[in-house]
Amino acid sequence: MADNSLSSVDVSALSSGALMRRGPYISMITNRTMNLLIRAAMLFMVGVFLALVLNLLQVQRNVTLFPPDVLSSVFSSAWWVPPCCGTAAALIGLLYPCMDRRLGEPHKLKREWSNVMRCVAVFVGINHASAKVDFANNVQLSLTLAALSVGLWWTFDRSRSGFGLGVVIAILATLATQLLVYNGVFQYTSPDFLYIRSWLPCIFFAGVITVGNIGRQLALYEYKVNQEKTHQD
Amino acid sequence: MTVRERIRQNISAAFYRHGLLCASYPVPIILFTSASILTCCYPLLKLPLPGTGPVEFTTGVRDYSTPSHESQGDLSERPDWYRGPPVAYIQQVLVKAAVSPWDNSLVPVDVFRSPLGRVFSVLEEIRNHVYTDRSLEALCLQVTDLLPGLRRMQAVLPEHGCLLVSPGNYWQNRRDLFDADPDLLKTVHQHEPKGLHTSATLKDLLFGVPGKQTGVNLYSKKRVVTYTITIALSSYDARFVASLRARLKQLHPSANCTLREDHMVHVHFKEEIGIAELIPLVTTYIILFAYIYFSTRKIDMVKSKWGLALAAVVTVLSSLLMSVGLCTLFGLTPTLNGGEIFPYLVVVIGLENVLVLTKSVVSTPVDLEVKLRIAQGLSNESWSIMKNMATELCIILIGYFTFVPAIQEFCLFAVVGLVSDFFLQMFFFTTVLSIDIRRMELADLNRRLPAEAGMPPPKPGPLRPRETPPPPRPSPHTITLQAPAFRNLRLPKRLRVVYFLARTRLAQRIIMVGTVIWIGILVYTDPAGLRTFLAAQVSEQSPLGEAGLPPHLGVAPVFPGGDPTSTLSGLPAPEPTPLPENQSQGHRAAHPEVAPVSSPQITWGPEDEELWRRLSFRHWPSLFSYYNITLAKRYISILPVIPVTLHLSPQEAIDTRHPQDTHHAPPPSIKTSDLQTDLTLYKVAALGLFAGVVLVLLLFCLYRVLCPRNYGQNGVPHGRRRRGDLPCDEYGYSPPISEISPLLLRGHSMDIECLASDGMLLASCCLVGHIRVWDAQTGDCLTVIPNNGLRRSSSSGCWEHRDGGGAVGGQDVDIFPIRRRTTPARPALFGDQPDLTPLIDTNFGLSPPSQALSSSGFDFGGLVEKAYQEHEPSPTLAFPPSPPPVLPPELPPQNNGDWDSSVWAMELRGNLIATGRSSGKLELWDAVEGSLRCSNEDGVSGITALAFLNNRIVAARLNGSLDFFTVEITKPLGLLQYRGPPGRGSLPPSPCYSSEDVISCQLTRSVQCAHQKPITVLKAAAGRVVTGSQDHTVRVYRLEDSCCLFTLQGHSGGITAIYIDQTMVLASGGQDGTICVWDVLTGSRVSHVYGHRGDVTSLVCTTSCIISSGLDDLICIWDRSTGIKLYSIQQEVGCGASLGVISESLLVTGGQGCVSFWDLNYGDLLQTVYLGQSSEGQSVRQLLVLDNAAIVCDFGSELSLVYVPSVLEKLD
Repeated sequence: MADNSLSSVDVSALSSGALMRRGPYISMITNRTMNLLIRAAMLFMVGVFLALVLNLLQVQRNVTLFPPDVLSSVFSSAWWVPPCCGTAAALIGLLYPCMDRRLGEPHKLKREWSNVMRCVAVFVGINHASAKVDFANNVQLSLTLAALSVGLWWTFDRSRSGFGLGVVIAILATLATQLLVYNGVFQYTSPDFLYIRSWLPCIFFAGVITVGNIGRQLALYEYKVNQEKTHQD
Repeated sequence: MTVRERIRQNISAAFYRHGLLCASYPVPIILFTSASILTCCYPLLKLPLPGTGPVEFTTGVRDYSTPSHESQGDLSERPDWYRGPPVAYIQQVLVKAAVSPWDNSLVPVDVFRSPLGRVFSVLEEIRNHVYTDRSLEALCLQVTDLLPGLRRMQAVLPEHGCLLVSPGNYWQNRRDLFDADPDLLKTVHQHEPKGLHTSATLKDLLFGVPGKQTGVNLYSKKRVVTYTITIALSSYDARFVASLRARLKQLHPSANCTLREDHMVHVHFKEEIGIAELIPLVTTYIILFAYIYFSTRKIDMVKSKWGLALAAVVTVLSSLLMSVGLCTLFGLTPTLNGGEIFPYLVVVIGLENVLVLTKSVVSTPVDLEVKLRIAQGLSNESWSIMKNMATELCIILIGYFTFVPAIQEFCLFAVVGLVSDFFLQMFFFTTVLSIDIRRMELADLNRRLPAEAGMPPPKPGPLRPRETPPPPRPSPHTITLQAPAFRNLRLPKRLRVVYFLARTRLAQRIIMVGTVIWIGILVYTDPAGLRTFLAAQVSEQSPLGEAGLPPHLGVAPVFPGGDPTSTLSGLPAPEPTPLPENQSQGHRAAHPEVAPVSSPQITWGPEDEELWRRLSFRHWPSLFSYYNITLAKRYISILPVIPVTLHLSPQEAIDTRHPQDTHHAPPPSIKTSDLQTDLTLYKVAALGLFAGVVLVLLLFCLYRVLCPRNYGQNGVPHGRRRRGDLPCDEYGYSPPISEISPLLLRGHSMDIECLASDGMLLASCCLVGHIRVWDAQTGDCLTVIPNNGLRRSSSSGCWEHRDGGGAVGGQDVDIFPIRRRTTPARPALFGDQPDLTPLIDTNFGLSPPSQALSSSGFDFGGLVEKAYQEHEPSPTLAFPPSPPPVLPPELPPQNNGDWDSSVWAMELRGNLIATGRSSGKLELWDAVEGSLRCSNEDGVSGITALAFLNNRIVAARLNGSLDFFTVEITKPLGLLQYRGPPGRGSLPPSPCYSSEDVISCQLTRSVQCAHQKPITVLKAAAGRVVTGSQDHTVRVYRLEDSCCLFTLQGHSGGITAIYIDQTMVLASGGQDGTICVWDVLTGSRVSHVYGHRGDVTSLVCTTSCIISSGLDDLICIWDRSTGIKLYSIQQEVGCGASLGVISESLLVTGGQGCVSFWDLNYGDLLQTVYLGQSSEGQSVRQLLVLDNAAIVCDFGSELSLVYVPSVLEKLD
């Protein structure tokens, strides 16, 4: 009750009670660890969802008309792939805003949800193209996808840190995948090995940029709230 | 750079002219645009509609040869899929069998048992047929395992051998099993899927004819059994097929059979969209819609948000259509899957430009003409629009040079789409925008002229549960919510869900949409399935059973053209079957006896030629898919059917009977005449009608029971609202009549001018200058400081609580005679003598409340004040309980002129009231005792605004100067400080003045020309003083040293409202209707929004949003960090300015005789509290929120104290 007093002058010294005055939802968001958890969970879900859908895009070419067990095969073949993607998405999505803060150069390009949606759509489109469009050879595929990915970065990110992180993570992820394949843990559905290898890094890069974009947008909320808090203090 | 600048200027000028053009001739331009859209879309008519239905191509049988893989040049009539061998050649043997002649000794099972039994012999014949050295085994399509998921079909469908299906498969093609089967129908039906099915069922697959036509049921009227034996051949051997045909025809000749045998039909199946493909597609569409949603959400400050959003979407869509149309026109046929690339095209083209345009136009000054606004907005954004477009074109061009055909095509579409989108933006959207803005101005004008005209009808009246119900209010409190949802926070969650469902009729809509989509899908993809389904529904579900209702009756009206049975029955009956020719069976010629019952007749008509057409078009794909063979993008060739006619004698039928067959129910009366069927139809109709009526009645009762409140009829009074004070939701929920009851504070005779409060006390000042001090908790009137003298009334209980005591009005008069004692004012002494008034005041403060003093009729305040000024550190004499000398009113009212000046500003801190008068005088009063503690007359210009913070008072004067005063309290330490230096007992931050203190008020600094024009607003918080003036600027001063920190420029009109709080948030609103948010630390402008038409009258910030109200009676809530308008609340005329924030999420606004509480997060009206009868029609002009969540409203001469514990509890 007492904390509800907000007559314009006597707000002083209530900053400690600021949390209590806010509603439960806001205070939950304000809570740092809670906020982090929520963001991680959301990013994880986005990652899992994208992994499933994109996997489906890649798989469906090799399936017959009325496959009764496409879905089950997608889920069962490598069940650990979507969770891995989800975890990676959560990590990357948290890493990006964190890095922005560390480097002190906040991301300034149009920070709106519509833009993020556009980014996701383009990412799915790149996947779509890689799955459905017939390329003449693998070099062409690689070049096209690389150009598309860089275009994605330029349109939606344009930060050097984002580019660097994207490239590093893409290389690491490709290496990890190759290692897995050589050790026989994971197999490609397509026998054409070069084909896979040529699109994998680009897809990884575009994915990193996209997830980073989402993560930054999500972090915007925490940032806003925190800014107000520091003002009050 | 000069070139760039020049280009930029040129572009800007061009856009400006274009904007003028568009806004000047909206209608012709829209017509022109529509015409061009239609023209460009015209070529689309030639494109085939996308679909998944199969395509057919017919060739002759005689000169058939398997088409080669290479496409030949001359085959213009051949479809391009007709290449290479088909997946399979389908040869169907159509068997029609009947027991003939029929006699009454036969049971219904006989209709199909023996005819079905003959399938085994025919099968045997086919399997064993050999032409030269070729057998069926060599030619037929060999199949392997069934798909793993189809184990239960393993017993029925062939595996590891020829794909040859017939009804015999039900019995593993073994005659003995068939003969041993007691219930054939059960065997047939046990494989049928339960529930709804639209595609091919197992029965369809095995029988090869639509289920209705098989005649395998007990009630068949025609008693002809039809089925096919379907053979899938992997290669076509014309001679083998011909010999098989000849052999079967020879064995089972069909008499009057004139089926054509010279055409084979090739059926090409398109790729079907399975669920695996659908998921990514649906995902992209979801992303697309999210994108569109998030984009159009940003459209703001226009007349019709939805209209503009629609226009934006139309712009993008029609630009896509135009692009496809144009590409087709120039000979490029789209090969890409339209549905798949469409979302990406939309995303590439984007809605950004449209939004940028809207924002730019909306942010131009409103007072301009519409034309000019459009032109300005366009030219402001011209450069960025052009730049963006050039960038996108470049990117797409890069994509074009990837030389991947699919990407090239996509890029081509995108380029043309971009250009046409630009064209549409410039012409279509700009024009729509101009129309919208013009409408907005018109509406604005209309709303302003007849103030009451647009008001919704009145809602019935106020609360006061304990009073007699008041008459309905003539001028109600109306709220127009522009927020999208009208949710009520006070409801429990589940009720909110229910109400939400009820309000949006979500369930109904979903069901409706679902039904429509389902029907659409059925009609679009599977007409045959739907037809059979409907037919089955009609015949099977009629309450009278199938018996009386022959299928054609039920079906024919539904699909008059397409129904097989109706055409069949419509045929002229051919002559009786010539049975004797059937010699191959050794079948004795049946004597053409005079059959009293109709003998079954086997007829062959043209409809039998292509019986497979009536099957679901998924028939073949599903048959093949069981063996993991896809037909997508491939074709099959269907050979002409081989007709086989079987006539069986009754004896044969009886011989093949199973012992249990006779136990079946006797055949129902088949003497159903037309009359009877008609009657049945009528019965069905009557029953249906009756059921419908009952259903409607039942639903109506349910509705009455469950939804007793007649929502949807606003304004109709019903039981719940008889008490009629709280506004109801649209679904009839009215918040419980709460414990909120306003306290009326009466006593002022004139309108209240100033209100001030520090949480505990409340001071009000009316037009004539009376100041009253109230206890903010209880509403008690503590002190009255009348204008014409120093009168005090202490603790006179003058609050009344809804019993309407009338004695209050005269209280002033009652009290004044008692309070005769006045402070001594010595005109002769005021030049050099200490002033004793504080002491005397002190004494009065200690005196019991009844000892109220008053001096009426004379005035010496001026003297007192002067004395105070000149003897700032007034000495205090020590005689605390001294009876003050009662001075008779002999003093001449020489200072009347001073009292004539009215109070322009008032502040209350601790228990000191600071008043600023129009004469330029600053006075400090003791709030509890009502005594004047000090005054200052350094300035002559009227004090327009006061701020009282800690021990400093800032006064803004009419001439634009700003005076800083310091209030000093000298503790009466030993009372020795006679004319000593001013007490350095600097005040604690929260002033607490005891009545012994000597208070002085010193002008520490005067900023002479703080502003060029009168200062209109003055606010102080967090050590800063912020002033706003008519000269369009805001200045920030530091309180300690009165140093001007910033001059903030950004408004284009006088400043009318300022908000600053402890967290250094500074917002200002001006006459131009703009709201600026500033960073107090750096003096930079954080955001700038155009908020209101007319002045911004008040501003409040919370941690997340800014609430502003304007002369347009609109309360807008803005997101503080982004400056996006969240929603706005339409207020009544004249009540716009009064608003306050109680807690982070609770907003209170004033209305006509009431205050309303709003949930800030959602914009929901939580409650409206009416303030009493006398306040009817009076609008709340000022509203003050106190610390303890009491709200003080000022309407006319009354104050109302509303204590709102309940609301707060809810929010906590």
